Parts: sequence; C-alpha cells; structure tokens
Amino acid sequence: MKVQFTVNGESRDVDVPEDKPLLWVLREDLKLTASKYGCGIAQCGACTVHLDDQPVRACSIPATAVAGRTITTLEGNQSTEGKAIQTAWRELDVVQCGYCQSGQMMSATALLQSNRRPTDADIDAAMGGNLCRCATYHRIRAAIHKAAAALEA
Amino acid sequence: MLKFLSQPVATPTLSRRRFLLTTSLGTAGFVIGCSDTRQQAGTPAANNEPVVATDLNAFVRIGSDNTVTVIVKHLDKGQGVSTGLPTLVAEELDADWAQMQFEFAPADVTRYANTKSGSQGTGGSDSIANSYLQMRTVAAAARAMLVGAAATAWGVAAGEITVVRGVVAHEASGRQAQFGELAAAAASIEPPTDPTLKSPDQFTLIGTQVPRLDSPAKTDGTALYTIDMDLPDMKVALVAHPPKFGATVREIDSTAASAMSGVLGVYPIAAGVAVVADSFWTAKKAREALVIDWDTSAAELRSSEQIISEFKQLVNETGAVARDDGDVDAALDGAAQILELQFELPFLAHAAMEPMDCVAHVTDERCDIWTGSQLTTLDQGNASAAAGVSKEDVHIHTVYAGGSFGRRATLESDFVVEAIAISKAVGAAHPIKLQWTREDDFASGYYRPMGLHRVRAALDDAGKPVAWRHRIVTQSFFAGTSFERMINEGLDPLAVEGAANLPYAIDNIHVDLQLSRVYLPTLWWRSVGHTQNAWVAEVVVDQLAKAAGQDEVAYRLELLGEHPRHRAVLELAADKAGWGSPAKTGVHRGVAVHESFSSYVAQIAEVRVSDAGELTVERVVAVVDCGVAVNPDIIRAQVEGAIGMALGAYLREAVHLDNGTVREQNFDQYRPLRIHEMPTIDVHIVKSAEAPSGIGEPGLPPLAPALTNAIARATGKVITRLPLGDQLKTS
Repeated sequence: MKVQFTVNGESRDVDVPEDKPLLWVLREDLKLTASKYGCGIAQCGACTVHLDDQPVRACSIPATAVAGRTITTLEGNQSTEGKAIQTAWRELDVVQCGYCQSGQMMSATALLQSNRRPTDADIDAAMGGNLCRCATYHRIRAAIHKAAAALEA
Repeated sequence: MLKFLSQPVATPTLSRRRFLLTTSLGTAGFVIGCSDTRQQAGTPAANNEPVVATDLNAFVRIGSDNTVTVIVKHLDKGQGVSTGLPTLVAEELDADWAQMQFEFAPADVTRYANTKSGSQGTGGSDSIANSYLQMRTVAAAARAMLVGAAATAWGVAAGEITVVRGVVAHEASGRQAQFGELAAAAASIEPPTDPTLKSPDQFTLIGTQVPRLDSPAKTDGTALYTIDMDLPDMKVALVAHPPKFGATVREIDSTAASAMSGVLGVYPIAAGVAVVADSFWTAKKAREALVIDWDTSAAELRSSEQIISEFKQLVNETGAVARDDGDVDAALDGAAQILELQFELPFLAHAAMEPMDCVAHVTDERCDIWTGSQLTTLDQGNASAAAGVSKEDVHIHTVYAGGSFGRRATLESDFVVEAIAISKAVGAAHPIKLQWTREDDFASGYYRPMGLHRVRAALDDAGKPVAWRHRIVTQSFFAGTSFERMINEGLDPLAVEGAANLPYAIDNIHVDLQLSRVYLPTLWWRSVGHTQNAWVAEVVVDQLAKAAGQDEVAYRLELLGEHPRHRAVLELAADKAGWGSPAKTGVHRGVAVHESFSSYVAQIAEVRVSDAGELTVERVVAVVDCGVAVNPDIIRAQVEGAIGMALGAYLREAVHLDNGTVREQNFDQYRPLRIHEMPTIDVHIVKSAEAPSGIGEPGLPPLAPALTNAIARATGKVITRLPLGDQLKTS
C-alpha cells in the first residue's frame, strides 16, 4: 500500500504492507535506525517519535495510518528543545547501554516543547512510558532540568 | 565469572607481565596505511588526504590526523568500558582526551584475552580490573616509541623529551610534534620490555570525570547495535521457538508462510523453525502463519509452584559442603537463642532493552558474525563448530549491545549458533539478521534461577552469634551444559558466592548447596549468586542484631573486625545517612553491606510504608570501595543503575512457569522499574589506592537486604519471599 508522509522535514513515499508499524517502516524502508524496537506493544517507549509534535510509540501505529502527517525521529530532532535535550544528555553522560535513549530524548523533547519548566511530577508523567533497564532515570531527570534551564537562559 | 572459563595463556617460563608485552607488542610496526572511514571522535584531518593509521601495538593505533584509537577488548553494554580502557591508555600515553577514540577488538584470544581468565570476554565486573596494568603498560610502551622516534628525528636524548596532552616536545631546542607525525617512525622503534608506569600522584586522567566516548553516538542516533546492521542482500530471520523448554517439532505446515510475498523460506533448525524474509515485519507475519505441531512429550511441564515444592523437599537434605567451620550442631545445641528463616526467590529475566539478535554470514571459507559478543572466545569456538569452519575463520565484529546483564554471555552461544544455523540453511547468497522479538526474549531463556534458602543461626547469652547454618537450593547454570565440569562434587562455586565467604566472625559456620534438577536454561544475572546470597545473609544478620538487642550497624562492625574494607564502607554509609540520628517522621532505615567482585558496598535504604501498605523508597545511600576509581562519574552511574535494577526486581519482577510455559512474555507483565519509582540515590566513593575492582555488579546485592531490613523496622514484618508484590498491603 502506497503512503506518503513527511519525515524529518522531507516528503517520503513508501509502499508497505497495510499493517506494517511505523517503527519498522522508519527503520527498514527509510533506514532511520535511531528509533529502536523494544517490545512491540507500546510498553517500553524505545520507539518513541513525534507525530505532529506529539510523542507516540511508533511500534504500535501502522504507517498507513499516518498518511499526510509529519513525523520527527531523533535523526531530525533539530528543534531548539531537541538540541537542548541532546546537549544536556551529553553533558551529563546520561547514557549507559544507550538503546532506549533515542526514545527517552524524543519523549523529553516533547515535554519541553509543551512545558518549558517541567516539575519532577511533570517529568514523571511525561517519561513514565519510557523504560530504561540500565535505570539511568536520575540523569534523565537531571538532564531535562538542565535542558530547561539552558532554554531559560 | 570468567575465571571459571580459564585456559592456559602463557608458557611457564614467562612471567605474566613479560607475556603481555611479548604478545601485545608483537605487532608493532604494522602500518595499516588504509583510508580510515571509522567513526572519528578526534580532530579530523585538515584536508581530504586519507588518514593513515599506524598500530603501535595490539591496542594503540595512531592516526595521521592525531587520533588515538584504543582497541577495546571488552564489550560495552553500558558499563562504560569503552571510556575506561581509553582512559587508562590516554593516561600513560599523555594523550589529550579530545584525541581519543575506540573500536571494539576482533575475536583474537592471542591478543585480546582477559589477563585473568586467558579467554577473550567480558564479565565478572573485571574489565577494568584485568586491564588496569595491561592497558597502562601498552600505552607507556607506545609513548616510549613515540618519544624514541622524536629523539631520533631531532638528534636529542629521549630523556629530554616531554609529552603533554598529545604534544611531544623538546624544550631546549624548541621542537615539538604531534603523535600523527611520529607514528610511522615510532612503529619501527623497539618497544621497551618494561616501561615505567606513572605513580598515582602523577595521574591526570585516572580519577577524573572524562566524558564518555560513547555519548555522542548514543545521543545522535548513530551508535550501531546489532539490530541496526544492514548488509547488502541481507535478510531478516525470526525463529518460532518451542512453546515449552525441551519441546521439539513434530510437523510443520509452512504453506501459508512460504506463500507470503517477501518470504525467502522456512527452515527447520535445532532451535525451532526459522522464517527468513526481506524484513522484520514480513518475517513476523510469516512466523504467525506457521502451523507447527510441537511434541511436548520430553518438555518441561512443571509450574513454578511445583518447582518451589521440589525445592522445599531438597532443603531438608544435606547438600555439598561449601564451608564447614567448627561444629555447628554442637553450637546450636548449646545456644541461648536460635533463629531460623527460610527465603524464596523467583526466576528473573535479564530483559535487556535490545532483544537478542545476531547477524551471521557463513560461506564455505569463513563465518562472519556481527553482534554484541560478550564471551568472544567461547562464541568463536561455538560458531566454528556450528559453521564448520576453523576458529581462525570465524570473524566476530563486535558492536554495541543494548544491555546484557549477563544474558549475552551464554556458555553455548545460543543466539549466535541459532543465527549460524539459519545462515547455513539459507546459503551464502544472503547474510541473515536473526532478530528475537520481546516475547522470544522473555520466553526462550535464560533466567536467574529460583532459590530457596534456609538459615539457622544461634546466639549465646550475650547476643553474640555462635552458629550459622545456611542451606541453598538452586539450579546450576552449568548443569546440563558443556561446562558441567565446573560443578565439583555437587558444588557450583557461583551458587555459593557471597554465602560461603560470609565475612562475619562466627566460630561455627556451615554452608551447603543442594542443586536442583535442570528445569530451564539459567544464567548469571547481574551479580550472579550474590543476588540471592547477599539478601539472605544480610537479612539474617539484621535479625540477629535485633534478637541481641543491638544496633544493626554496631553489631556488624563488631563482627567485621578482620574486614577493614567492609567496616570502612559501612561506617561511612552510617555517617552519610545520619544513622545515629532519627530519620524523618514515618521514614525507616535499613542497612546492608556486601563484598562482590572484590568491591565493597554498603547501602542504607530509607523507606516509608503507608497505612495501606504502600512502600515508598525515598533514598538510598551507597558507599563503594572499588579500589582506584578510574572514572568516578561512571562508577556513580553504575551504582545508581544497579540500585534501580535491584529495586525493580525487589518490588515485582518474576518469571513464572505455567505448565512449562513462561507466563510473563512482555513488559506489560514483567515490569522493570520506571522513572517515578527511582529513589534519591547518594553514591559515595571511598578513596583507595588498592587495585581497581568491579563496579558493574557490586552495587546491586546490598539493595534487597537494606530494603527488607528497613521494611522490617517500619512494619515489623520480615520479607522472606521475593518479589515483594502486595505482601505489605493491608486491604
């Protein structure tokens, strides 16, 4: 089934099975591999991307359901908030194995895009869907606060 | 764990130190001379000239662009070794951190063996420990070669040359050069056999917070994991694994699957039935379309309840003796107080975020593997047997692993061998990427084994412990594998670690082990036997202190007279947590101290339990002594992560068998810790001049007992069955 959508600012046309999840279309058909497969049932958040600026779990949305819409992956996460998040992640050395971190940063970016001064409770609510088996949660929280502070400055 | 996988590495006439130099420096002078397209972390060349890379030895490669590439012999699965080993090299090379980069070593036990085990691999929290002198020595030798090249070029004495942050200089003549200019000439300099290493007071990088080398790639999406591999003509394979352990295929109807567009074929292999297709999604759909009649006549059909019942029988039978000090029976007979506790622990899943995966390409001549290879020499050997090529023709290309926690270190190289079997079935035309789904990852092995522990301990009338009998029932990882020889007369050393070496001064101690039958494949899970034994021992000690009417910290200190490093971390933890002063209203503290992988960790947990029985872990104070702290920030990260992982396991992680089928097949049922549950964690590192020891695992074991002890103070209830679940709930 042919479908068109915008990915990281570029219009893309793909011909994929009707039920193929957006995650696998991004990874396999468009070679954008930052978004990771972790569970396939929207429980871990490793596949988080933005759909029209909202964080979604790409593993559980058929690509054909997002025709005509706008998708942002970590590769194209170039908004002011996105850059601030990725900078803070590096400055605090948040990563360990790193596998979940693309999804973490996309959730965190979406949080800052809707809330420039998130509280710890806001962070809990926004990041609760992103598992990190290395439990880098402390630094994720600290990096979001750091990015928010950098955006204030 | 690697120490159990030993093989001879050196002839008896060579000392280890000498051996390291002769082997690891043996390739000096080999100039690669190729265009270097690897990920460049350092300064790129100013023009478009190809970067010429010169190997000064097996571990240190200098680029004509002044980059220093460290060949990292260990897998980085998050623990930071791809920063740690380059730190050791940069220190002795006097390099600038900005010029450092790394790549993972190929499989080559002659150059990249663990210096302790002799086998190339990663585990037992000993990557820094076994590399500490080796990396510094090869770097110091490389430095001497660069200095020698400069001395020759400039006609000055080597002793007058300095190296500071990557700049080689001769002050008197005003000459200076960077590594890249000197590398080619340096390669032909004879390396010193015994280079002088810095004394700790000369360190400028060790002990400082250098940034992780893997952070940039892991934050911009370019870090390459197995799942990201994409080779020309590559196909994706999924395997229908048996629904119960030990089940076999009776009959396959692959008509519908084979007819699907994009499916290359369906291949029965030892591990199950492989479906190979042009994409993950097609392979997954085709796997769902397979109709397989499984023969479960020889399969494991028990449920967890039956297994624990069998354990409860075994705990009454004498096991293989791991320690026998004094006369426990006599001491128990004459004791003033006797305490007996029985503990139950579940199967646990590693649940690394990246489900198991491996790319394989087998041809007549060679076998290439791309994966996060953890026990590389074992993987190479198992791959050689599976592929039918010599070990030397098995080429392992190690990439980042999205976690492991022990899972990628299987004795039988399960998923690697599975990928090779598929590649052989498919033929050389297509490399194949075996990708496990999350459900495969949970349901197809491996697991931290269940455990049942009984401790009977006694106090004299002064409250001093006089007897300690600990019986462990669990399944050995080695049983039923080609490593069965690791079990010595019923004793698996990994099952009793942290129990047989109980540090407390008790005259009569007896520890024995009853190994169960093999139910399903089990494996080391972050901190291995310590995950069980630290919990049991430290909860019992706390109860002994209570029975003696003594403070839990003071009681332990009294019994740890011969163990100064235990004492030091415990005292510092008590100090940092304010143990001697009251906690906030409603907050209760619990303490534990444990040594694992030669590192010492004390933790004090602060918890709150509501009237309804809701547990909140507010803070954990952790004090670690892991010898020289090569990178304190990574040490803190490891301890934070270990505590988070341990807390998730404590609260609710468990794998259950229902008539032989794994109940928890995804993260909706097996639920690791999430961000809102992460307590405040204060990590303190003891300043130490001891040799560096483990840090990937030692932060984990003390958490469960510290929590249990805190909960006991809060509620009076001693938790002896994990996970906690709703045991505290009052409604």
